[in-house]
Amino acid sequence: MWSTLLNSNTQWVLFSTMILGIAAGMIGCMAYWKRQSLLSDALAHAALPGVIIAFLILGEKNLFFLIIGAAISALIGAWFIQWISESTRIAEDSAMGMILSIFYGFGIMLLTIANRTAAGNQSGLDKFIFGQAATMIRSDVYTMLGLALLVIFIVFIGFKEWKIYLFDPEFAKGLGLSLKGMNVLYTAVLVTTIVIGIQAVGVILIAALLIIPSASARYWTHSFKVMLILSAVMGGLSGVAGTWLSTLGNGWPTGPFVVLVAAALFILSLIFGKEKGLFINYLYLKMDAQKSNARLETGGMAK
Amino acid sequence: MEDEVVLSVENLSASYRKNIVLHDIQFNVRGGTLIGIVGPNGAGKSTLIKTLLEMHPRLTGSVQFFGTSFKKAKKKIGYVPQRGSVDWDFPTNALDVVMMGLYGQIGWLKRPSRKHKRKACEALEKMGMEAYADRQISQLSGGQQQRVFLARALVQEADLYFMDEPLAGVDAQTERAIMQTLKELKTNGKTVLVVHHDLQTVEDYFDHVLLLNRTVIDYGPTARVFTKENISKTYGGQLRWMKEESRHVVHSVE
Repeated sequence: MWSTLLNSNTQWVLFSTMILGIAAGMIGCMAYWKRQSLLSDALAHAALPGVIIAFLILGEKNLFFLIIGAAISALIGAWFIQWISESTRIAEDSAMGMILSIFYGFGIMLLTIANRTAAGNQSGLDKFIFGQAATMIRSDVYTMLGLALLVIFIVFIGFKEWKIYLFDPEFAKGLGLSLKGMNVLYTAVLVTTIVIGIQAVGVILIAALLIIPSASARYWTHSFKVMLILSAVMGGLSGVAGTWLSTLGNGWPTGPFVVLVAAALFILSLIFGKEKGLFINYLYLKMDAQKSNARLETGGMAK
Repeated sequence: MEDEVVLSVENLSASYRKNIVLHDIQFNVRGGTLIGIVGPNGAGKSTLIKTLLEMHPRLTGSVQFFGTSFKKAKKKIGYVPQRGSVDWDFPTNALDVVMMGLYGQIGWLKRPSRKHKRKACEALEKMGMEAYADRQISQLSGGQQQRVFLARALVQEADLYFMDEPLAGVDAQTERAIMQTLKELKTNGKTVLVVHHDLQTVEDYFDHVLLLNRTVIDYGPTARVFTKENISKTYGGQLRWMKEESRHVVHSVE
């Protein structure tokens, strides 16, 4: 069981999915406060056609080019969602639902075509749906690691800019922060985080790595900085633990295990979290009830 | 700074969701004045401020701050948005929100220093909020949140301030604290434009009034402009004077 950990390739894969989880946890924190968690899911699904088209054009599986294809496809999806919700009477949630399913359906259709070709059948493109970290070769790992570290760096150096951008964008604009620039940068880091994770975690479940850790982190703190760090830690933990669990079986997909670990952390946070966790809330309620009971008793004497 | 034109607006118009909400807006503001922007709901008061500060697109007209463009004068302009414009559940404390007013001075991508922190603390103290510096913003009352916003504007050390309903839904104590701060700003030669909705206090609070209902009904010193006739013109005759109190009441029925 532990022997897989000693394999150096596995170590690299585990390390890279941890960094991916950290990046996703941080970006997820931003999506949480922009109230756009679901957008990341729509963009992840919208990335699939781009992956397959890049493969069909290139004829081989090179993660870097597949990622570029995925990013273009996801950005087209993002643009459609924005265009539909701004220029038509259709609301944003419907637009996201439509783009998500249409792009994904289109991607699956392309995948069927790609799988008919000899190279496609061998390529393991199906793995992009639920993800399989174990199929990553060293160059894939480097690509993912490099981009994930870049995302983390961008969040880190602009911490106070991100904070004011999320809390009060109009005031930030008054101070001279370019909202257009921040929106572009936000979309860029969001899409980057999504597409670098699709081989390891898969297009269907990568969004969970963005959505769940930030929701868990919310239960532990009242500070944006701490929330960002906690979300990064929980994302990293989900990434590495989920990947490790999936290597225990032959051909087990990575995505579902990553989600299960993230979900377990969320349930722990939901119950034991010190900020409005269910257990703490219950304790406070009990204490308050005791206090008012005590007051009633002593109050009777004081009168 | 005083008596100099700090803001000049010419022929401004703006629309909101395909409706023209502001048209032919024209006025000049001289330095060292405290101006109340008064008008009924939907008169375009917030839109006016947002259009001036380029947060909302303008259809026509020109706006000059200190004889130059908004972009060049940005550092001299402070803005207090409506309290409801942000999510108060955001995980941060009062001091941190005030610090945000200093981000322009700190410089982008740089970390705030101890000097900046002291400045933010002083601003909180001025608004009587020093005890709440570490308090979660979600745990502050509406009046306290408004004071934090005011403190954030104060640290900007601007010459011209725009405030969107800073007195809406605050307690009497906060209202006094805010008005005292505004008068202090005016005494120091600063100019403050305040969106205001309580007609009963206009005469006590502001030396100039801008009556607005889609366009400028009248603008000038309060004593001259804030007349019964002008007010009913602004509110479309929905205003009744209560004789016994000699105060006016606005009926919201359209």
